[in-house]
Amino acid sequence: MLTANLQHLDKDYDVVVVGGGPAGMAAALGAKETGAEKVLIVDREKEAGGILLQCIHPGFGLQHFREELTGPEYAERYKQQVLDAGIHVATDTYVLDIDQDKQVKLLSGTDGVRLINTKAAVLSMGARERTRGAIRTPGHRPAGILTAGLAQKFVNLMGYLPGNKAVILGSGDIGLIMARRLTLEGVEVKGVFEIMPHANGLNRNIVQCLHDYDIPLHLSTTVVDLQGRDRLEKITVAPVDSHFQPDLSKSWDIDCDTLLLSIGLIPENELTRRLKIRLDPVTQGAVVNSQMETSKDGVFVCGNVVHIHDLVDFVSAESELTGRNAGLYVTDQQPPGDNIRLVPGENVRYCVPHTISSDRTHTVYMRASQPMEESILRLGDVYEKKLRYVVPAEMINLKVRPRFLQNFHGETLKVDILPVDNT
Amino acid sequence: MTTQQEEHTLSHYLCIGCPMGCRLEVEADDGEIVEVRGFSCQRGENYAKQEFVEPRRMVTTTVKINHSLWARIPVKTVDAIPKERVQDLCDALHRIQLEAPVEMGDVILEDALGTGINVVASRSMPRTAEMAKT
Repeated sequence: MLTANLQHLDKDYDVVVVGGGPAGMAAALGAKETGAEKVLIVDREKEAGGILLQCIHPGFGLQHFREELTGPEYAERYKQQVLDAGIHVATDTYVLDIDQDKQVKLLSGTDGVRLINTKAAVLSMGARERTRGAIRTPGHRPAGILTAGLAQKFVNLMGYLPGNKAVILGSGDIGLIMARRLTLEGVEVKGVFEIMPHANGLNRNIVQCLHDYDIPLHLSTTVVDLQGRDRLEKITVAPVDSHFQPDLSKSWDIDCDTLLLSIGLIPENELTRRLKIRLDPVTQGAVVNSQMETSKDGVFVCGNVVHIHDLVDFVSAESELTGRNAGLYVTDQQPPGDNIRLVPGENVRYCVPHTISSDRTHTVYMRASQPMEESILRLGDVYEKKLRYVVPAEMINLKVRPRFLQNFHGETLKVDILPVDNT
Repeated sequence: MTTQQEEHTLSHYLCIGCPMGCRLEVEADDGEIVEVRGFSCQRGENYAKQEFVEPRRMVTTTVKINHSLWARIPVKTVDAIPKERVQDLCDALHRIQLEAPVEMGDVILEDALGTGINVVASRSMPRTAEMAKT
């Protein structure tokens, strides 16, 4: 059932899922599979699907569906499964709060506030884009400066072009994809500027979105001034040194009316904080056990709200597991707790989940701090694996099996990525 | 008969197969590949050859749609088309207007620009009740 009318909802649910993007949809299906009978997805947009709906380019689903899909196709396959499974979906609705007794406060523009009860909750609110404030760009505050994902929504869903002459700051994948998208829509894209000495996006996007359209990529360069009273008229860019300090003597001006920012994502954890759930300062998402359960009993998390993923396929896999665990929780079949804490060591920025159990197989997701050629991924002194290369932009996933840990009796396990010659 | 001088070319590509991003070089005489260099795997070699002979791209864009949940509907080519036709195809698709509802997979443009490749809707788009009234 899909409804924007809160009066159509039941009073009690087994699992309420907050956010109907790829994470929320996979979690809802997972919960159904393990025995949750009444599952509700709440989404603030007018339909479920999340950011996939505006990602009209191909490249999704190669791992999960074994074929290459566009974002909307990937979303639609899931949406169909969700409706077929009898999962309720409330659209145009916010979750304001979930209290101690798991009473969920819903708000919609048409029906006001409604309270419902749930046994377990899955938080899958995704992430939002970093904005101009996050990088303290100097200059005026005219119209025409927006995040790449917002521009993507304007162009691909709403049918508005953000401007005529655009510059993109940040070489994340959304920025690269928008460079091509705007070009195909007749916008003159004057360049992509990246403060780091290397591009953040996939090579595939650098080739097919920039090289194909002769859009220059300027590395180690950033925006140092923005000018324009009502509308952006001109930006100034300058190369930076190894400490990211711009060299203003080498700056130059670019005429443009639009600046898109593709400078990273922040997990959207307002509700998580409101529930006083423990967060990891590195991922900016919740600390989770191997069930993807947070510090609050019966509250689970999955997707970009936990840590930023590079592929939706990984989001689906992680979230289905999360949903299955929520289903086990409400049917009193939850497995026993974890006994090992993972500690990020050399060249490992973070690991998710934060704890594992030595008697089950887990997929551990991690991200490197620095690019490295051939290296060794090491799990304490119980397991090691050769990696051909590591880059911060590519998440590493490792299946940790009980047999790795059969002779391990400690409580913490350090995870390191070491250069081959150092081992 | 005049003897034509052989045209010797070196073409460069950045491999898209994986994050290693190998720098590929194709050496050719008169358009015939002599040697491919710089790849670390078979995928890289194949990619360089394809890019040299005939680069092709999938095209995704949007089409205007009336009485619908959103103002635009995403569409895609069911297979890659020659790279130099991409902009022409987008321009042709801009001249199309659809009416909701549309089902995912519906053919929006048959045999696009004579390439033999269809353009299809990449999602279903319901007709909105309130919008239909106006």
